[in-house]
Amino acid sequence: MNMEKVLFGFFVLLALTLNFGFVMGDMENPEHHHVFELFAALVVSLVATVLKFGDRSHLGAVLLASSLVADLHLIAAAVVWGVSSQLYASGDSPEVVASVVSLAGGALVANLASVVLLVVETLTLRR
Amino acid sequence: MEKVIFLFLRQMRMPLILLIVAYAISIGGLVLIPGRDDQGQVWHYDFFHAFYFVSFTGPTIGFGEIPYALTPAQRMWVVFTVYLTVISWLFAIGKIFALVQDPAFTRAMSEARFIRAVRAIREPFYIVCGYGETGSRLVRSLVNRQIRCVVIERDPEHVADLHLAELALDVPCMCGDASVTRHLREAGLRLPHCVGVLALTGSDRANVKISVTSKLLRPELRVIARVAEREAANNLESFDTDVIINPFESFAEHTGLAVRAPSIHLLHRWLVSLPGNPLDASVCPPRGHWVICGYGRFGDAMARYLNAEGIDISVIESDRGRIEAMRGHLPERLVVGSATDPEPLHEAGIESAAGVVAGTDDDANNLSMVMTAQQINPRLFRIARQNKRDDDEIFHAAKLDLVMEPSRVTVWQVLSLITVHYLAAFLSEARRQDEAWALALLERIREATGGLTPQTWMTRLNGQDAPGAAALFEAGAEIRLGHLRQEPRRRERKMPRIALMHIRHGEHTLLPDDELVLEHGDRVLWTARDGQRDQLAWLLHNPDQLAFAMDGKERPVGAIGRWWFRRRMQRQSA
Repeated sequence: MNMEKVLFGFFVLLALTLNFGFVMGDMENPEHHHVFELFAALVVSLVATVLKFGDRSHLGAVLLASSLVADLHLIAAAVVWGVSSQLYASGDSPEVVASVVSLAGGALVANLASVVLLVVETLTLRR
Repeated sequence: MEKVIFLFLRQMRMPLILLIVAYAISIGGLVLIPGRDDQGQVWHYDFFHAFYFVSFTGPTIGFGEIPYALTPAQRMWVVFTVYLTVISWLFAIGKIFALVQDPAFTRAMSEARFIRAVRAIREPFYIVCGYGETGSRLVRSLVNRQIRCVVIERDPEHVADLHLAELALDVPCMCGDASVTRHLREAGLRLPHCVGVLALTGSDRANVKISVTSKLLRPELRVIARVAEREAANNLESFDTDVIINPFESFAEHTGLAVRAPSIHLLHRWLVSLPGNPLDASVCPPRGHWVICGYGRFGDAMARYLNAEGIDISVIESDRGRIEAMRGHLPERLVVGSATDPEPLHEAGIESAAGVVAGTDDDANNLSMVMTAQQINPRLFRIARQNKRDDDEIFHAAKLDLVMEPSRVTVWQVLSLITVHYLAAFLSEARRQDEAWALALLERIREATGGLTPQTWMTRLNGQDAPGAAALFEAGAEIRLGHLRQEPRRRERKMPRIALMHIRHGEHTLLPDDELVLEHGDRVLWTARDGQRDQLAWLLHNPDQLAFAMDGKERPVGAIGRWWFRRRMQRQSA
């Protein structure tokens, strides 16, 4: 067992699960989407990205790319939420919540791709 | 460049994760701990304000307790976060500094910079392996002649010398072993602009490896290698290296040439030196008895070439081990002893000698030998071998008749090979001519250039190098060599440029006649005063100018003028 691989798999999977947890629920209902979950998803996603730095394999490059996409989505979601609640005091309006959740949904797809790639890599190693 | 980025990312992994985690913990704590606003109401930091607060406490900026004064519980947490984030930042920044100074990282950086610089070269360039005495001299000479080169040198101190040398062109340089294939490739061995490899490192083995690698990977490249041992030279010959330079052999050969035909030797020197300098005076080593001090590679070569000219020699050598090793082909008159003392010199017959050669690998000893010999016999012709370039001044002050500098000899030879096409071919043909021929040519050159060293160049009469001449060839004109020397304003006068050699289908004609009829694709080797080259190029590019030079008749340039000219011609013929 390789501790680095465990940590890596843990963070990649955790990024997906947290992201999923945030997106789960009614699109426009602010009560279904807690800001803490978005925060946790963003932090874990950033850590997962950094963990992928410096991997010279082709698969490593694709993993890094998908992770960067997820980060971008989550940061965009956080910025939209922050700007609308701080500057326009409309953080809880259905439109804002809907756009934040859909952005996070995009990150979810990227994280899903990451996990699929990880599983594929693991399977090829087994064989 | 990719390697650099990967190295950076890999090294920065830990500090970045630490920073992310530290920020996450600090922000999360601030959001969770309840505070009180100015009215005493319970108030929570939201993520935006928490991020703002941590962002300015982390790098120790600290704007104060914003937006409301903190409660004791919040302050306790902030104390913790300040230490956590500040330490994380210090760690990350320290890591960056350590990385920038890391030898592996700096090497990767300079290698990446080197590769980029080599790729950016858009002109033909040479790879110079070794930047020692010879390499540095050669690079400077090449740059002075506007020829691009790339350097691979193993010694970091020599690389630093190159960075400090003020050269007119940018010379990319890599610190590495040139006999490693990867380094040669990084220096652009496979690039289409690379035209040749010059193996001039201090070790014969490395030079052989460089030549073999270059010839195998790019057989069409010109490879010039310097070797000091004859074994290595034979090895290279079997690998069809284009030119093998042995500085000792070539200097000895030149000295032999100077004894037999001093003017041909001088011709060599004039044609190879940088244009626009005062011409060297002739050197005439006398015939008679010669004393050679030091019987190493150089002494051996000198003995052979002087013997071949019918000169009687005696040798002084102090190293008994070397004498043992040379047993079998030792010269007849051998004196064992150090030539820095007068006795062995007397024994070798210095009183009646015509010349002395000091050829050991120690500059101080060489000078001492020559001085001692001169005290005994002031009329001696003195040749000394100079090994270090730093000793230039003392060798100059000793006012020797000839100084043998292996690096200078090598550079000369390389220059005659790569700066001007066919110059080396001309010089080897010239060596077969007699003294009178060379003397006459020297006089012509001196007259043409006004006492300055000439510029030598080759022109090819084809559509690319001489479009004007090519157009006239197509029209069926008969261009003679003399037309290319025509002075435009005065028909009876010729320009002071000398055609050294005419080349057609591998056939060489030395000093061709003005009446020679040229053909498309011919090559002509010229020598003339600096500046004549541009004038000739102008003539060869412009068909009207060339036609005017041929018959002295002005031709109209514009379309209307040409139409008028044609009409007049038709009317005249009708």
